[in-house]
Amino acid sequence: MGPPRNSDSRTVVQQQDNDEPLVTIRDLTFRRDGRVIFDGVDLDIRRGRVTAIMGPSGTGKTTLLRLVGGQLRPERGSIRFEGEEITRAGRGRLYELRKRMGMLFQNGALLTDMNVYDNVAFPLREHTDLPEAMIRDLVLMKLEAVGLRGARRLMPSQLSGGMARRVALARAIALDPDMILYDEPFTGQDPISMGVLVRLIRTLNESLGLTSVLVSHDIAEAASISDYIYLLAGGRVVAQGTADELYESDSQWAQQFLKGLPDGPVPFHYPAPDYAGDLLAGGEGREAAA
Amino acid sequence: MLDLLQNLGRRGLGVFERLGRASLLLVQILSGLHTLLPRPRLVIQQVFSVGVLSLVIIVVSGTFVGMVLGLQGYNTLVDFGAEESLGVVVALSLVRELGPVVTALLFAGRAGSALTAEIGLMKATEQLSALEMMAVDPVRRVLAPRFIAGFISMPLLAAIFSAVGVLGGYFVGVGLLGVDEGAYWSQMQDKVDLYDDVYNGVIKSLAFGWVATWIAVFEGHDAVPTSEGVSRATTRTVVYTSLAVLGLDFVLTALMFGD
Amino acid sequence: MMSTRTTEIWVGVFVAAGLAALFMLAMKVSNLSALNEEDGFTIEARFEDASGLKVRSPVTMAGVRIGRVVAIEFDKQSLQAVVRMRIDRRYDTLPADSSASIYTAGLLGEKYVGLEPGAGADECEEAALEAELEGRAPEPCEGGTRVLRDGSRIKITQGSLVLEKLIARFVSQFLEGGGKKEAAQ
Repeated sequence: MGPPRNSDSRTVVQQQDNDEPLVTIRDLTFRRDGRVIFDGVDLDIRRGRVTAIMGPSGTGKTTLLRLVGGQLRPERGSIRFEGEEITRAGRGRLYELRKRMGMLFQNGALLTDMNVYDNVAFPLREHTDLPEAMIRDLVLMKLEAVGLRGARRLMPSQLSGGMARRVALARAIALDPDMILYDEPFTGQDPISMGVLVRLIRTLNESLGLTSVLVSHDIAEAASISDYIYLLAGGRVVAQGTADELYESDSQWAQQFLKGLPDGPVPFHYPAPDYAGDLLAGGEGREAAA
Repeated sequence: MLDLLQNLGRRGLGVFERLGRASLLLVQILSGLHTLLPRPRLVIQQVFSVGVLSLVIIVVSGTFVGMVLGLQGYNTLVDFGAEESLGVVVALSLVRELGPVVTALLFAGRAGSALTAEIGLMKATEQLSALEMMAVDPVRRVLAPRFIAGFISMPLLAAIFSAVGVLGGYFVGVGLLGVDEGAYWSQMQDKVDLYDDVYNGVIKSLAFGWVATWIAVFEGHDAVPTSEGVSRATTRTVVYTSLAVLGLDFVLTALMFGD
Repeated sequence: MMSTRTTEIWVGVFVAAGLAALFMLAMKVSNLSALNEEDGFTIEARFEDASGLKVRSPVTMAGVRIGRVVAIEFDKQSLQAVVRMRIDRRYDTLPADSSASIYTAGLLGEKYVGLEPGAGADECEEAALEAELEGRAPEPCEGGTRVLRDGSRIKITQGSLVLEKLIARFVSQFLEGGGKKEAAQ
């Protein structure tokens, strides 16, 4: 099985004038409940590209997005957005920076007490002084971009999972941000919704000149639209490169992950004592408490 | 033995930890209140859900409590030939104690638990996180309006409780048991003092409103973002608010009505 | 979901109801009307025994409440209870030689101060008497009854009857009476 063939309709990413990455992460270290989540991670998110961050479950991919958004503070390391240090930004500055980031949560996270229209209009009403007429135009445009303009009066509880995510996407681009963070966008989607979402992510990235960061463990989809992939495991970057590069790489991690092998650097067996010894030791038929 | 001590110690520290978090949250809420001035609609919406929707239970409970007071008060007073003082008994019991306290307990059960569940659910479905990432402070947008709404609504609800209670007592005492109507009101007016009783009762209900809403909002915000976590947080709200209200009532009563 | 306008109306109704309830409590339930007597004049009376009298106990004359007790203090010189009362401003015709007694309202009732009008001391008579005692010529003055005014002191008082003292007196009278009878036989 080779790498998934990229469709020829995928346009070549233009060379950006500014080749400086939008987000640079250096030596990121983060611990939670005593467990090390990140141990010296280095990442670059290049402008105008779709960057995927993948890895086995539990590697803290969502945590990474939270760190980038400033919701969490790392123990050590630096995260720079447009050259500005997120880890040291004050609340006010952080809120300013967040207006330039959009985030798509795993379940959409729409505000349940308002309908689709109000949800998309929310960032506009909160952060701009635009008159309602103008907001209406913008909201309709965003909804049109995700194909849900006709659903604008529905309540979030009336939407399917896929539709909710699309509305959330419309909301995320409401303020025309520079970057969008996608938290596991493909998880639990049927093939059609998946296809829709995949197409949307790529199209929006091109047409709006966005930078997209995708966190996922869905190789096929993520690899098909990403320009660059980082593979995280054990709190470190174990492999990186374009989809093709990774498929050809020597890294055992990459091979196991991309091919879906059950055993490899991520072991099948949870650490346990010697099998034969374990079987022979039990004489009473009951496991004594450790 | 050592384990027990360790456990107790950990629990104790946990209590302080939560108290600390709750206090920090309160400071955050208070410091963000001024942002609500240009947007009264947020507060109005919450006063509706916290106050107006509690009206039914408050009015019904108040009426029944007043009626029971009328009945029990009469039964006791009639032995001393003092049934004309029924108005005083009903009014003072309600205005000084039952109005503020029972309203607060009912509030905890109805509005407090609803607040906790709502906020906890918003946390579990990542709505609070989404607000943060949209550069909207969830404490200011979601918690602060609810806090103010609870604080405003409580004294109003307590006043309504006491008022319908007095009327309930009137209905039972004068209407059913034959206490003299003039005596009911005139003795009451004579003995119930505006400052000592009504005013103090309002102060109490403001204090209870503060505490009840604070606990409800904190527990929701602090809940573990799972369905079990939200359910436990809701239970905690009702239990802690009830205990806090009763304890605070004792302290306030001692301060206000003691020597 | 309810429209905002309906919501706002209901909130308005709620707040109005709450304020109305507070208002009702203030007006019909409490002694708000009575508080308007804050303006009045203060008089003083000393009692041997003021047991049971409380601040805000009523002060009456002819069975009608004309004021309230505002303070009860102990005078360590005369070892008497000093009771200060505020009388409604309207009642400015109370004779200066009225007496004050502490009564009980009903069997279990609270204590109150009952004023009894005096015969009506003549203004000038008192002043002339005082001047004579002090050995100076009386000042010219107009006639008219002296009335209680701010700062006046009631001279004749009757302290409250304490149940135990009553019983003790009754018992001792009874014993005395019995003793006298025996002696007479």
